[in-house]
Amino acid sequence: MSDTVKFHFDVDGSDFSSAGEASVTVKKKLRQLGYPPEVIRRVSIAMYEGEINMVIHANGGTADVEASDDEIVIILSDKGPGIPNVELAMQAGYSTAKDHIRNLGFGAGMGFPNMKKYTDEMRIDTVVGQGTTITMKVKF
Amino acid sequence: MKIKEIGNLLDATCLTGENHLDSEVISACCSDMMSDVLAYVKDQGVLITGLINPQVIRTANMMDMICIVFVRGKKPTEEMVELAEECGIAVMCTDKRAFEASGILYAAGLSRSAEGKHV
Repeated sequence: MSDTVKFHFDVDGSDFSSAGEASVTVKKKLRQLGYPPEVIRRVSIAMYEGEINMVIHANGGTADVEASDDEIVIILSDKGPGIPNVELAMQAGYSTAKDHIRNLGFGAGMGFPNMKKYTDEMRIDTVVGQGTTITMKVKF
Repeated sequence: MKIKEIGNLLDATCLTGENHLDSEVISACCSDMMSDVLAYVKDQGVLITGLINPQVIRTANMMDMICIVFVRGKKPTEEMVELAEECGIAVMCTDKRAFEASGILYAAGLSRSAEGKHV
């Protein structure tokens, strides 16, 4: 695994039933590439949370994953409404998700805290009205 | 506990994953909130839920779970069953409610964590 392997996905924001497809594919690919199960688990959970968020809040976007020998980088980018208060959004239990999203089993306000918990680095670049890019790194 | 024992205890129908029926699991999680499953599950092998959507299967896949039991007579869609099959997850359905199904499995030895009941 000397070269960096890259994956790119367009995440469809119009159909919630497809939310999470990219993360399932990444998990499968990382298994095929022979990454350790714990690394794959951390990457998949963090990416899945982010992917679901993009569909719920930002009408989709793009997901890029770069897997190398000592780290896996996940970049989730959208052109959604942006996050007015990142500090608040990082608090466990804080959510702006509507009731219909909760009925689908999401929106408990644990997405961002969970993404931070499962990654070694998490950066949020957001501009209200323009969009958000979240970069996460899992090192090993 | 073997997955097939879960099926027997809950009078459940197995929709996919017959080849996993001899796999061992030691703990389970019961929730309709996938956010909570993602936040709190550590090493539970079984998900007990009444929620029906493809994210149930994907969430279980992310958490390395190997069996999903749908309660309250809920039936997953064909698409969900196919997805579970691809992910190597056994899918069962029971008419029992979540509380009863969880209680039966807990009493039979499944705990909430791999370390044991008293955590």
